[in-house]
Amino acid sequence: MLLRDEFSKNGDIRIGVYVCDCGTNIAGKVRVPEVVEYAGTLPHVVVAKEYKYMCSDPGQDMIRREIKEQKLNRLLVAACSPHVHEETFRNVAAQAGLNPFLFQMVNIRELVSWVTKDPDKATAKAKDMIRAAANRVLFHEELEPLKYHIKRNVVIVGGGIAGIHAALLLADSGEHVYLVERESSIGGHMAMFDKTFPTLDCAACILTPKMTMVKSHPNITIMSYSEVVEVNGFVGDFKVKVRKKPRYVDEENCVGCFECIDACVFKDARYPNEFDFGLGKRKPIYMPFPQAVPPVPVIDADTCIEFKTGKCPKECLKACGERAGIDFAQKEEIVELEVGSIIVATGFDSFDPKKMPQYGYGIYSNVYTSLEAERLFNASGPTAGELVLRDGSKPKSVGIIHCVGSRDENHNRWCSRVCCMYSMKLAHLVKERTNADVFNFYIDIRAAGKGYEEFYNRTMEEGVQYIRGKVAEVTDNAQTKDEEGKLVIRVEDTLLGMIRRIPVDMVILSVGLEPQHDALEVTKMFNISCSGGGWFMERHPKLAPVSTMSGGVFLAGACQAPKDIPDTVAQAGAAASEALALSHKGVIEVEPNTAFIDETLCSGCQVCVGLCPYSAISYDQEKKISILNQALCQGCGVCAGACPSGAAQQHLFNDSQLMAEIEGALAGVL
Amino acid sequence: MNKEFEPKILGILCNWCSYMASDLAGTSRSQYPPNIRVVRVMCSGRIEPQLILWAFQQGADGVLVGGCNPGDCHYQEGNYKALRRVTLLKTMLPQFGIEPERLRLEWICASCAEEMRKTVEEFTNTLCRLGPLKVQIPQIIPVTGKAVVEYVQT
Amino acid sequence: MDYLYYPGCSIKESGIAYEESLTAIMDVLNTPLQELEDWNCCGATTCISVESDEAIALASRNLALAEKQSNSKGTVDLVTPCNACYLTLMRATHYLSERQDIAGKVLPALDKQGLHCDNRVRIRHPLDVLVNDVGVKAISDHVRRKLTGLKVACYYGCQMVRPYATFDDPHRPTSMDQVMKALGAQTIDWSLKTKCCGAALGSLLPDIVEQLCHDILREAEKRGAEVVVTGCPLCHFNLESNQSAIRKRHPDFKTIPVAYFSQIMGLGFDLPPKKLGIQRLFIPLPASLTAGAGKGGEYVTA
Repeated sequence: MLLRDEFSKNGDIRIGVYVCDCGTNIAGKVRVPEVVEYAGTLPHVVVAKEYKYMCSDPGQDMIRREIKEQKLNRLLVAACSPHVHEETFRNVAAQAGLNPFLFQMVNIRELVSWVTKDPDKATAKAKDMIRAAANRVLFHEELEPLKYHIKRNVVIVGGGIAGIHAALLLADSGEHVYLVERESSIGGHMAMFDKTFPTLDCAACILTPKMTMVKSHPNITIMSYSEVVEVNGFVGDFKVKVRKKPRYVDEENCVGCFECIDACVFKDARYPNEFDFGLGKRKPIYMPFPQAVPPVPVIDADTCIEFKTGKCPKECLKACGERAGIDFAQKEEIVELEVGSIIVATGFDSFDPKKMPQYGYGIYSNVYTSLEAERLFNASGPTAGELVLRDGSKPKSVGIIHCVGSRDENHNRWCSRVCCMYSMKLAHLVKERTNADVFNFYIDIRAAGKGYEEFYNRTMEEGVQYIRGKVAEVTDNAQTKDEEGKLVIRVEDTLLGMIRRIPVDMVILSVGLEPQHDALEVTKMFNISCSGGGWFMERHPKLAPVSTMSGGVFLAGACQAPKDIPDTVAQAGAAASEALALSHKGVIEVEPNTAFIDETLCSGCQVCVGLCPYSAISYDQEKKISILNQALCQGCGVCAGACPSGAAQQHLFNDSQLMAEIEGALAGVL
Repeated sequence: MNKEFEPKILGILCNWCSYMASDLAGTSRSQYPPNIRVVRVMCSGRIEPQLILWAFQQGADGVLVGGCNPGDCHYQEGNYKALRRVTLLKTMLPQFGIEPERLRLEWICASCAEEMRKTVEEFTNTLCRLGPLKVQIPQIIPVTGKAVVEYVQT
Repeated sequence: MDYLYYPGCSIKESGIAYEESLTAIMDVLNTPLQELEDWNCCGATTCISVESDEAIALASRNLALAEKQSNSKGTVDLVTPCNACYLTLMRATHYLSERQDIAGKVLPALDKQGLHCDNRVRIRHPLDVLVNDVGVKAISDHVRRKLTGLKVACYYGCQMVRPYATFDDPHRPTSMDQVMKALGAQTIDWSLKTKCCGAALGSLLPDIVEQLCHDILREAEKRGAEVVVTGCPLCHFNLESNQSAIRKRHPDFKTIPVAYFSQIMGLGFDLPPKKLGIQRLFIPLPASLTAGAGKGGEYVTA
């Protein structure tokens, strides 16, 4: 009474089973020859073979050859996960003239050999899974991949260095790019820095020209002060809704003269500038930093008198005059973009050191985060590049604490990758600008990268002191005369094997990198997943590092994992070329796992109509049955799971295939 | 607990989260009991109760349905549909003489390899405690596509 | 709400003033503490470093007694004023619920004594009860002698908020400061609130403990505190009794009185000093604080 016996009447089925050793990855646990021998005894199996690496050229050649020689009409490869090599073997089948959807991948590596202790059990499990697949392929049918036209626009979410670099590459090769940035200016974190490690390039000098190129590029539309709020559609044809927040200055009319800022009724800047973490001040109408792009001011409604009271003389409006750049009536706007692919480059947040009160951030005024220090060093920052304490004096000694929030069981377990190097850079800058004593407190120095170790040595030669130990606390408790009025860093120096107290004037906390606070919402919007810690998940950690599980959505920069500028730029380039490869192909082939409705079985109950999340099913009043629109179907199979009469089915996952597979999987004895 | 007894678990896992988690459990070389056999579907919303009953009929001692975390479904809300179906089916299982604990629905995210390992381990222990599924499920007429309809008619 | 009370050994001996004053103020606040019957030593930090399972069993016996004695079918609040007892009992509740390996040995041992533990006991420090149950408002409502201008240094000790930071910040706790401010007193801002005083090591490593106590007392003095206020009999004993030894080593250090927060509260409630065990302090409190106390006299800052 087995399904497969019943099926045997369905013509001449000839199955080939190919079991991969994967070196010792599979063969080290599963007794492959035994599995092959077993596979050979299964009904309809005409050939079963073992090979060391089935995915290699000789392995593929063998399969192609035998498909032809043995006239195989079903192909089974037992190897790794379908997420790794399904595509490879589908191509092998197609090259040998076999419809690729008559092939089934059996995962005996990730699901068997790698997770099972006992070789007997692993071998039995591998046999069961092959039996299940051999049952399943009996019900496979020839399918043609669905083809969709790819729209040649790209939306890039996040205007940091990753988004900027990817935008320029795409725009230069003729694609139209929408660069969506949440803040009022593009530039991201890199725009905050003074210098970049290890070459000490001036960050502004290398970033600003790129920002200006973005501004002037005919193929780039900057959408600053905007956020993506909704994404619909699929690879090749996404519909992206963007909310443009009102900046109350018309980007078209503004000429970037900034006379409005000078004219503001507030003669002095008095509100904390967010871009400087409050170290600098701004007016209600302001530019976050001088090189901001677009060079258009923004009005902060929370501090502007006109918005608060409606009784401002509106000097800004008068100063702007007939240029008509100021627009108090500007409203929020929703813009819908149609694009073929999406690059997510939303960057990172820095760790909030208030979670570690032992380091005194927010308690002692001269404890700074590394980003605050970057602003102090920046020539266009709040102190014009002077490193000074809150009272305006120059520090004579500075302590830099590494790994704040990183490599810490209580906070983030990962290494943030950039902190060692930027801490060295900050140490160098302290030396250069103030000649203060600098102490770096580290757990391990991680200086892997081109010129990084050399830079580490250079800072040591410059007199920066490195103390190995995780700092216990920063305290104002002075125990000696030298410590009076200082911040004392208490640390176990693990190289000297003693507890040390080091008094300094200024403490810089090298805060680690974290996923953006709203990263989870972003993953939901773009239908992508998170890896551990909340970083966006790539399709494959090694072989598809910028793709995601959602076709046409690519990752660039630190949203995927902490990374430095060179790596970010490299990844942005990769994401851009992935998007480009997609759009140049013009057409994308999509797995034909869509649903279909058997008109002869449909009773017109319409259960499926309401369930379909993509509104792909409608009810035909005349025929009194449900009709499915293949172009809208995404292949989830919810309709097939609900249909009471079996009329709604899903290609590649229809009832007979699944039932046959289940039957085969359970037929063995454990 | 029956030490000799090795329960058979059928895992029906969604492609995007729980199947990915099993893959990750593999790449992380997590070790778990060899009792599970996995069938991959695109979405847990595809799984109809008949498939689960069919698995019990074919000799499964337990069925694990794996989907994405609430809110994380690749197809918006297929996992909610799985939740509804599994919840209803659980209330019906005792009528067949099947303990509801033999059907388990878990949300396992793509990076939750450890969760996957734990689930299989716990489920295996539960089934060892319950012992083999002794009841014979009456021949359920599976409402399915053409091929199976033909099969049932013969 | 009913509170069972686990005094611990220290409070019955060197720390008796803590019990006297705590009982007095809790009565005023209508929050009586009912002493646990037949309680035994918690084992403190000493016992667990030698025999861990036995130490947990020793502490757990008190938890089982509390469940037995309480009328509550749900959570049982067991108040313990000593930091060491607080940590030890807290650890016992934690191990019984989270560590199956230890619970598997301890519970059968209790069973042999006819005792049973269901993880229903919640260990509370009096400061937790004062701030979170009684409330700062109720405390200030009972103040009869406002301590305006009095400068105190709140010293919490290390075990009250670490590692089980259930009711306050583990690095910068504020509950005692809130209570002192409710009395009208001023609290100094300092970073040594939870610095270890050396506690039980006083008799073994006097050099180290004296130095630790010095750092704490000196900082309090330097920041202008008139009294160091504690919530632990061990901290109190250490900080008070080591002062003459400290002076020999650090001649510039003068002296600073150390009191229990409950004593200061009692003075704010205008209770008679004798009821608060004030006379038991080795280092007398500032005269301004005690003069006229308990007789309706107003506090005048020194």
